[in-house]
Amino acid sequence: MTETDTAPAGTMGEVGRARRRKEDARLVTGRTQWTDNIQLPGMLHVAFLRSPLAHARITRVDVSAARGRPGVVAVFSGRDFAAEQGSLPCAWPVTEDIVIPDHPPMAVDEVRYVGEAVACVIATDRYRAADALDAIEIDYEPLDPVLDMTEALTEGSATVHEVGNRAFTWKFAQGDVEGAFRDAPVVIDRTFVQQRLIPSAMEPRAVVAQTDGDGFTLHSATQIPHILRVMLALTTGIPEHKLRVIAPDVGGGFGSKLQVTAEEVLCLLITRRLGRPVKWTESRSEGNLTVHHGRDQLQRISVAAESDGRIRGVKVDLLADMGAYLMLVTPGVPLLGAFMYGGIYKMDAYDFTCTGVFTTKMPTDAYRGAGRPEATFAIERAMDELAAELGLDPMEVRRRNWIRHAEFPYTTICGLTYDSGNYEAATDRALALFGYDELRAEQADRRNRRDPVQLGIGISTYTEMCGLAPSRVLGSLSYGAGGWEHAEVRMLPTGKVEVVTGSSPHGQGHVTAWSQIVADALGVPFEDVSVLHGDTASSHKGMDTYGSRSLSVGGIALVQACEKVREKARQVAAHMMEASPDDVEFTDGRFRVRGTTTERTIQEIALATFAAHDLPEGFEPRLDAQATFDPDNFSFPHGTHLCAVEVDTETGATTIRSYVAVDDVGKVVNPLIVEGQVHGGIAQGIAQALFEEVVYDADGNLLTTTMADYLLPSATDLPVFVTDRTETPATSNPLGVKGVGEAGTIASTPAVVNAIVDALRPYGVRDVRMPCTPERVWRALHDRAPSAEEGASV
Amino acid sequence: MPRITVKVDDITYEEDVEPRTLLVHFLRDRLGKTGTPIGCDTSNCGSCTVLMDGRSVKSCSVLAVQADESEIVTIEGLASDGNWHPMQRAFHEEHALQCGYCTPGMILAAIDLLNDDPDPSDEAIRQGLEGNLCRCTGYCNIVRAVRRGAEEMGVTSR
Repeated sequence: MTETDTAPAGTMGEVGRARRRKEDARLVTGRTQWTDNIQLPGMLHVAFLRSPLAHARITRVDVSAARGRPGVVAVFSGRDFAAEQGSLPCAWPVTEDIVIPDHPPMAVDEVRYVGEAVACVIATDRYRAADALDAIEIDYEPLDPVLDMTEALTEGSATVHEVGNRAFTWKFAQGDVEGAFRDAPVVIDRTFVQQRLIPSAMEPRAVVAQTDGDGFTLHSATQIPHILRVMLALTTGIPEHKLRVIAPDVGGGFGSKLQVTAEEVLCLLITRRLGRPVKWTESRSEGNLTVHHGRDQLQRISVAAESDGRIRGVKVDLLADMGAYLMLVTPGVPLLGAFMYGGIYKMDAYDFTCTGVFTTKMPTDAYRGAGRPEATFAIERAMDELAAELGLDPMEVRRRNWIRHAEFPYTTICGLTYDSGNYEAATDRALALFGYDELRAEQADRRNRRDPVQLGIGISTYTEMCGLAPSRVLGSLSYGAGGWEHAEVRMLPTGKVEVVTGSSPHGQGHVTAWSQIVADALGVPFEDVSVLHGDTASSHKGMDTYGSRSLSVGGIALVQACEKVREKARQVAAHMMEASPDDVEFTDGRFRVRGTTTERTIQEIALATFAAHDLPEGFEPRLDAQATFDPDNFSFPHGTHLCAVEVDTETGATTIRSYVAVDDVGKVVNPLIVEGQVHGGIAQGIAQALFEEVVYDADGNLLTTTMADYLLPSATDLPVFVTDRTETPATSNPLGVKGVGEAGTIASTPAVVNAIVDALRPYGVRDVRMPCTPERVWRALHDRAPSAEEGASV
Repeated sequence: MPRITVKVDDITYEEDVEPRTLLVHFLRDRLGKTGTPIGCDTSNCGSCTVLMDGRSVKSCSVLAVQADESEIVTIEGLASDGNWHPMQRAFHEEHALQCGYCTPGMILAAIDLLNDDPDPSDEAIRQGLEGNLCRCTGYCNIVRAVRRGAEEMGVTSR
């Protein structure tokens, strides 16, 4: 990545340049607009009282003492909102018989996880609101918690909801699976635990709600202002046109802010009732309890293969912990992985079953990768196990199975058509950067010497489906919304350009990347483009940011809007130069009559259109356009990640010695931003492999409520990442781009765990459950009697 | 209520504060210095880092009354005459931020780190920033930025 941004401004070819970000100016100087920064005249502060029990009936509520506390304006419990609070939405009813329990934003009769809101105080400042929580009296009658998915499905288990603990069972099968497994020379059968994770965006959630007596404005630290507006209108009964939602600066999301939260609904209800603006900002401990969690799946994967390693078929049986309720896309998350358990490999049969299970825990929902990291982990771990079983190099087993470059486009057994890819190129580059053969030699040496510090090499040759995505496909999977994205481009009278995007950023760098795209498309300087986003009043239409979709969907909408503007400008230019539009060429912001030196700049045309003194007959005097793009296919980034670890067999400590990632995300708009996304993604995937895990105790209390207990990696915990790219353009969009936001997270977790297991394989270790803490590694080495036989990680 | 006198980003304030008021809430809610964000409640994340009499502190772990008679520099006071501090420039140049929420604390912690070690190794930078968490970048570019900032500050002061 040696590109620089030193080329003179206005030079074409912005796309592909490592432009430094426009966003940074306010972020490095503190002139930010986080939701918690907002101060409004007469604003009150909300604090929530939360359930201390995992499962209980509420038998008595008395808020009278709290009402008398200093600074307290109002105190409400769930009963006060019962008639108007509705039910938090689930937009992804994955099966016809799915159980979607009523989900009151504030519990009324029963609580089903620790942290569920049961009452709130509204006071003049945040300290007084928090103080008065102590004076609220609530009596509970404890009920049995439901904490283990397998037990939850057994006869006689306590139930989270009256209807039972099974939310849905979703099945998908292709080919002759029984045939593939019958008499298969090799069958790998493994169970993996995808532990529960906390997304942990650095900015805690915050909400500010206000009303002028007619309409409502809600500021929220959200990824999805547009979806939120629709959903809040449906939930609260506030008419959609009377509700404006604004996502100002948002400090990371990783899926956690892809949600319609209880607190957003309740702040609207409170402001509706009191007629005053209110703010709620969560503490981190509150967030660990109540920001939706991610992952939490129990995966059984079986791979049938020939004796040369070629895969015949794959079977997957998944239990997915929904938590206590189904939130916005809770049941859909495992389905996003359903089509990815085949990875990059060819096979003739596939069978997938997923059962969603209720437990008395915080609901799960999207977390970076959402379903695809889990799937990739399982198949990539299984490929290593297959290689070990056959005594083959794990890369060789992959080569024998992967889709060759010449075979693209390729329709997988799961029915996805991978439009482009070059696994050979990415792998060759990664192996060279990594020094694969040298590391294998060192590994052999350490094994021979019985070095207490063993070397392990982990491979992950991943792909993923992202760029969510074709509305028709999402509809066929019963998702409640479409997958299009919207953009508007306006030439202003002075020749500057204002862009409105429906994709709402929270750290990705949309403003910079969109400016680069527009600069090329309209031939204007990068500096002359501004980008509006995140406010439903200025950006009326959008489907927001998740699933690595912004560029490959929203960026294409932007390109199309630019094309429309350019064609309008061509009409005006032709008219001004008294030529036929067909004879007018456009290059670098100039319209020129073919074969002459007569030309007009796009800025001149913007001014002429504004003046409107002499426009073509019937030409509407505006140089702006909108476009909505709905792709025909997902985008399929891929790559090869290689990880070398040193595992101390005496202490169980794992150190990442080197990490190489070669990703193919198609054409790149800004290599700096792409590299940053890859880095951050790898870090989060490594964090799952080595550090992070949500822990509930036997009563259903969350033990990892703080950053002291839930271990986010710091700078000392992570290695230097060596990254490079291959570039195989996507064929499903005119820019040739693929998503990048989730790729690193999807790829890196199995690379790390494969490396650890590889290091310990001579000791009989066949799996280490994540996170692979020193204790878990040590126990895998020393207590492996029960698990070594079955290879199970549970 | 105790009265404190504190200089924040070159302006002197005299304010009555509840003894329990955290410095970060005093800065944000009382003075409107919202450039300093809050990321946790256990002093783990470092987002709220400011300089107090030249040394980095996590302003969620300091009471406002403890800042009496002291000088605070927040991210908002780092640029002078409209020119960014070399560390601010370095973070921009090296793409050491994405969402930017940890950035103010990261920059101020980095500046203090250089007080002790003006020419730190990458390892020393990682150690020195261990108390500041970033969820977006994976830290590689932050380490590069601090090295670059250190080089530029060294050049500037020579």
